[in-house]
Amino acid sequence: MSAKTLYDKLWDAHIVRQEDDGTALIYIDRQLLHEVTSPQAFEGLRMAHRTPWRIDTNLATPDHNVPTTDLSNGIASITDPVSRIQVETLGMNTREFGITEYAMGDIRQGIVHVVGPESGATLPGMTVVCGDSHTATHGALGALAHGIGTSEVEHVLATQCLIQKKMKNMLVKVDGKLSAGVTPKDVVLAIIGKIGTAGGNGHAIEFGGQVFRDMSIEGRMTVCNMAIEGGARVGLIAVDEKTVEYVKGRTFAPKGEQWDMAVTAWMDLTSDADAVFDTLVELDGSMIEPQVTWGTSPEMVLDVNGRVPNPANEMDAVKADGIRRALAYMGLEADMAIKDIPAEYVFIGSCTNSRIEDLRAAATVLKGRKISDKVELALAVPGSGLVKQQAEAEGLDKIFIEAGFEWRNPGCSMCLAMNADKLPTGKHCASTSNRNFEGRQGAGGRTHLVSPEMAAAAAIAGHFVDVRDYI
Amino acid sequence: MEKFIKKTSIVAPMDRANVDTDAIIPKQFLKSIKRSGFGPNLFDEWRYEDVGQPDSDNSARPLRKEFVLNQPRYQSAHILLARENFGCGSSREHAPWALKDYGFDVVIAPSFADIFFNNCFKNGIVPIVLEEAVVDGLFKDVFATEGYQLTVDLAAQQIIRPNGEAILFEVDTFRKHCLMNGLDDIGLTLAYQDDIKAYEVKTKKTTPWLFN
Repeated sequence: MSAKTLYDKLWDAHIVRQEDDGTALIYIDRQLLHEVTSPQAFEGLRMAHRTPWRIDTNLATPDHNVPTTDLSNGIASITDPVSRIQVETLGMNTREFGITEYAMGDIRQGIVHVVGPESGATLPGMTVVCGDSHTATHGALGALAHGIGTSEVEHVLATQCLIQKKMKNMLVKVDGKLSAGVTPKDVVLAIIGKIGTAGGNGHAIEFGGQVFRDMSIEGRMTVCNMAIEGGARVGLIAVDEKTVEYVKGRTFAPKGEQWDMAVTAWMDLTSDADAVFDTLVELDGSMIEPQVTWGTSPEMVLDVNGRVPNPANEMDAVKADGIRRALAYMGLEADMAIKDIPAEYVFIGSCTNSRIEDLRAAATVLKGRKISDKVELALAVPGSGLVKQQAEAEGLDKIFIEAGFEWRNPGCSMCLAMNADKLPTGKHCASTSNRNFEGRQGAGGRTHLVSPEMAAAAAIAGHFVDVRDYI
Repeated sequence: MEKFIKKTSIVAPMDRANVDTDAIIPKQFLKSIKRSGFGPNLFDEWRYEDVGQPDSDNSARPLRKEFVLNQPRYQSAHILLARENFGCGSSREHAPWALKDYGFDVVIAPSFADIFFNNCFKNGIVPIVLEEAVVDGLFKDVFATEGYQLTVDLAAQQIIRPNGEAILFEVDTFRKHCLMNGLDDIGLTLAYQDDIKAYEVKTKKTTPWLFN
């Protein structure tokens, strides 16, 4: 039998049937649902008089529209009536079809990509889908996970399957050791800077090499989360002892005899040594510096000690035009130092960087310090109720609050500003989220993607700085 | 789903790379629980001077006159010509819903983001990939000639230029079949429910923890 990549193994194990042209019906083990991309799918089911194929594979939680401020009035805490209807609709749909929902007010509610791994709803070897492109996150556990549109959400509800063609295999190999102050976020931003935002199109990316073997499971989630910003729907990391240790004891994890059986199966979830990848990209981990995005695409990223590019130096006309547009939107001058960009807003949160390790890392930088008076608002938004509870048990909330941050309730928040947390027009934000697109955090807002440590350091300085000067 | 067979139309040029789905339909419009009505907010931040809200009266909002879809010469276009990596970012199907609701049935680009590309087929939009040089040539033609039209013939997998010259394009056989017949994927999959059940019986033995 020929050598297989991790993606090949996961794909092969889930083929229900395959046509001669390669079109396959793939079985889905887990669907995560949230309020934004599911209402039309449930409506479609109802209109066609269909019922879910397997209710137990679905898990729902509202996250995009949920306020991060006072929640004591439950759903009534959502002041925007349109947002409130969407969250209510998720509740009505999950009740009608008997699907488990971690609703507002439940300690287990949170960002769907934090909740999945945290609850053990995501397990190694599973196929995991969600109507959200950051579903790639779950690949950190050796699951084949990717975002889908609403029509496919309905398709999975009705059939437990998806019609797909196999993607190509890409290996992004990062060896060496990361320097102090260089984080998983910097690694993935550096990768996107190298391959570009379309570099992984049509591929499933496996992240391999010493850097990922050394990385914690939560760090791996940060990396896989942003596979989509490199164009790949799927990000994957091989299962190892850390993966098994992470999953053990979680709510939906197998128990007893099934646990032993599962662990044996999971330990094979690695690419064979002689597996062949269609595309190989290599980076030297020891050379990666703290990263900051300067523009309006995640590929517009630089080392913190770098300077904003000059379109006059770009030969490709479409690219030069892209740089000019980005500079104008971001209100930056060509050739200016990254460290001269102000940080008027700071956002620590999102499915990329809102887990306990992210909050601990930011708190380490903030401890005993105050944020700059140039910072108008600094938000710390835990990824789930359980993350928040853990952080508070460790006293992290006090460190954030004493430094001048607002300590909020869990949700997607200012990553995409569907709730009330919006970045105002023209303001620069040091953000631990995943997208710096025009208007993403609020119409006219200017996003700079960074690690939690770098966001904390920018909050203290009031502009972008090298976190290594603060640790 | 609406069938797509052949269409002749004016072409609107979206001359920038990496157009993301946040730009195609901004987040505030994602709060709708319907599939329709997104057309007036397609490219909202580029199209209007102000910030739109779901309850705005779009007909009363100030337009950015220079934006391509606001120019008189591109009105009633059903074909959108775009640059590389069109539709990147969020998986929101609201993006193809907005394009379709506005009137676009075809998007031509050198490359598309994977999820967006896939979502198009579910909504009767034909995403066509052409070589960068060919797309570049089409941009030049569209800018040079007011009222420039193309015909997209899905059956023949051809784009026909005004001079009669044909550009061939590739499309997945299964997806072409679905587009041309307006087929519902779910109905097709449910025809294989015995295969799905057989798969479940088999995997329940090897991976029972997935069936708890």
